[in-house]
Amino acid sequence: MGGLDSIVEGVLLGGVYALFAVGLSLIFGIMRLVNLAHGDIIVFAAFLILTATLALGLSLGVATLLTMVIMFVIGFALQRLVLERVLGDDILPPLLVTFGLSIVLQNGLLLGYGADSRRLQAGAFEQVSVPLAPGLSVGLAPLIALITAVVVVALLQLLFYRTALGRAFRATADNPEIAQLMGIDQRNIYALAVGLSLAVSTIAAVTFGIRSNFDPSIGPARLLYAFEAVIIGGLGSLWGTLAGGIVLGLAQTIGGRIDPEWQILSGHLAFLVVLMVRPRGLFPARRR
Amino acid sequence: MTAAVRVHALDAFYGDFQALFGIDLELAPGETVAVIGANGAGKSTLLKSIAGLVRSRADAVQFEGRPIGDQPAARIVRMGLALVPEGRQLFPSLSVEENLLIGGYGDRRRSPWNLNRVYEVFPVLRERRLSDVTLLSGGQQQMVAIGRALMSNPTVLLCDEISLGLAPIIVEDIYRTLPLIRGNGASIVIVEQDVARALKHCDRFYCLQEGRVTLSGRPADIAPEAVRMAYFGT
Repeated sequence: MGGLDSIVEGVLLGGVYALFAVGLSLIFGIMRLVNLAHGDIIVFAAFLILTATLALGLSLGVATLLTMVIMFVIGFALQRLVLERVLGDDILPPLLVTFGLSIVLQNGLLLGYGADSRRLQAGAFEQVSVPLAPGLSVGLAPLIALITAVVVVALLQLLFYRTALGRAFRATADNPEIAQLMGIDQRNIYALAVGLSLAVSTIAAVTFGIRSNFDPSIGPARLLYAFEAVIIGGLGSLWGTLAGGIVLGLAQTIGGRIDPEWQILSGHLAFLVVLMVRPRGLFPARRR
Repeated sequence: MTAAVRVHALDAFYGDFQALFGIDLELAPGETVAVIGANGAGKSTLLKSIAGLVRSRADAVQFEGRPIGDQPAARIVRMGLALVPEGRQLFPSLSVEENLLIGGYGDRRRSPWNLNRVYEVFPVLRERRLSDVTLLSGGQQQMVAIGRALMSNPTVLLCDEISLGLAPIIVEDIYRTLPLIRGNGASIVIVEQDVARALKHCDRFYCLQEGRVTLSGRPADIAPEAVRMAYFGT
């Protein structure tokens, strides 16, 4: 069952990558802002969860919920106090600001937590596995990560396509000036978008912090996977981003099976192949 | 009686470029006022200044007696002043119905205008409610733009070039809805390049030329020759 279980493993890994990417996709979709600090923000959230469990003695679930709230507030404030000042027709200033934020976060975390690798402890839960077929079972934790990714994307889709706030997000993405004529306060919409992105990033942080080690320096690598998932899936499509994460996860796992040295490389190769064959990604957003 | 809108000594700028010079304009409740003028005379800038897309001095624009010149557009529309922007400017990622619904974003009044009432005035939009707005004809798109503005239940409706690029017969259809809108309690400002049409549908008009009011009055009181002079400046 060598082939089948690497496929299952790849799909599960894809769920984690999709969670990395959704927050990035959200901000880009609404504000056309490329957040270069996205990977570091996920690592930052992972450290916040770690602190909440260790210092406050909270359970992992409660710590995650608390961190989501904190990250939402940080995101809202970040937009209103920092990013808002540089958003405009020129895309370079916001790019530079998020790049700077990335460096600040990395060094701030290094200062606060040191360079040691950390991991979130999910207790016995980590060892539980679920039999899928005879001779094939998967870990409960990665399975839940994938299910979480699907649920997060589905909830965001509901928010975007079934609520007044979602319409306001999409209208603002189409044309911020005309959106104001509808009574939509663009500053609040953008701040909510960044807050939402950071809250979703917290979910990414917890699934990834259980799965693998993290330290203050690994943010940019997470950012790269997130970018690749977004581009493979097609800009502006959340289900596409989920598919992109899974393609990336599959490519890495299958490549790793062939030769462990190829794991990372084959993910990047899959990304390049998709770019060559379908430059707009697998499921580019239809302009309605 | 308090004017629905009073513009007083309004100057407007785009960066260093001054587009409007000391504009005075008044709109009485229930009135329809037309603003005419050649391309670049400042008509759209005037409407954008009233709606808050171009900011000015607080007291340069008053809405029902309140100074709003320095208020953001999002707040002004909630007070009850809506703009149908030039070129319709629908949201392409939203369906027809969603474009209408977004017009009522944050509106608490819910009357006289709601989705049903808009569909009664423009029945074709009900048939196409789930359609992509980019697939509508120009006239239908204009109906969506007007309906979207009505959804905020405005007491003042500003219409910027609602006949632009439409067949004359469609334009007449659209203009026929104005008395109905007025009957539901809104005062209207129309901006038009088509002078004859504007004068036919308004109570009073203002003529702009290079950012200044060159003539104003009731259509019946002013000789066509004077309008031509004010319009072209020669």
